[in-house]
Amino acid sequence: MEWLTRPWPWYVAGPLIGLTVPALLLLGNKTFGISSSLRHLCAACLPAGIPFFQYDWKKESWNLVFVAGVLVGGIIAGLFLKNPAPMVIASATKESLQALNVHDFQGLIPGDVFNWSALLTVRGFILIVVGGFLVGFGTRWAGGCTSGHAIMGLSNLQWPSLVATICFMVGGFVMTWFGLPYLLKL
Amino acid sequence: MVTKMEEFTPQLKTRHPDEVSLRSLWAYGVIGILFGIVFVKAEIVSWFRIQEMFRLDSFHMYGVIGSAVLTGMISVFLIKRYNAKALTGEKIVIPAKVFQPGQIYGGLLFGFGWALTGACPGPLFAQIGSGYSVVIITLLSALAGTWTYGALRQYLP
Repeated sequence: MEWLTRPWPWYVAGPLIGLTVPALLLLGNKTFGISSSLRHLCAACLPAGIPFFQYDWKKESWNLVFVAGVLVGGIIAGLFLKNPAPMVIASATKESLQALNVHDFQGLIPGDVFNWSALLTVRGFILIVVGGFLVGFGTRWAGGCTSGHAIMGLSNLQWPSLVATICFMVGGFVMTWFGLPYLLKL
Repeated sequence: MVTKMEEFTPQLKTRHPDEVSLRSLWAYGVIGILFGIVFVKAEIVSWFRIQEMFRLDSFHMYGVIGSAVLTGMISVFLIKRYNAKALTGEKIVIPAKVFQPGQIYGGLLFGFGWALTGACPGPLFAQIGSGYSVVIITLLSALAGTWTYGALRQYLP
């Protein structure tokens, strides 16, 4: 059982994630993509007469069931398969982050940056609220996220997905190297 | 495929295709659960792993994404090669991605958000599940972002 609670290596996780692509196709001709769930939730909860949200979201309910499953999977992994040891983080990353006022390296995410009271600080607000907004706005504008473009799109050899994936990475590098050094110190 | 029987009595026992898929929705939930477990156990939902990736300090995320894409590619190739059908009997059709400028602008904006939150949409759900309750706010912000895109769509390139 010990192998279950230890962190899983990339060569186990990657292929398992990749297998989601044929699993969804073979199950019901569904193409893998998670950010669409955000659109369906908007269409279901607050369409507000916006044409982009005027469609039969119930037909896409498989996607909502899927993300509900991801949430439940997170609960199961958090409750029963939790790694008892602190995370092993690359020492270079750890040192750079310490220099930027990040000090909690125990969990999967830094507890001193992401917590309820941090929401009221400039740093917390930007990382949690502005960051979340950019994820939702950006993925929809791009027509997909890491799953829809990087995994599904590249698997199907779609060059627009390669363009999107490169832009995801460029955006991430720019924010990490030029944005976070200021934002984390706020 | 319309049989003669159905042609004459269409109201008789012809199940609507939607009903069939509704019955099998639970299977998508099961795949989602497995996917969520992998997300947490391989620490893909970790803000630190995303930082390591963008700081080029670890191979982990590159290995995960690379081997996922490779597995997906081989699977799609085999599905096309053997004309595999879905369990529902449908022919498998993968819609092509059409290029639009949003893939560049939106892609960059998502990249910024990815580095800030350390999460793409999938991991957001898994982070909440694994007990990081404040991520509910990140998810609500992402929903607000998606909604705002929908509202502004006509003014964007």
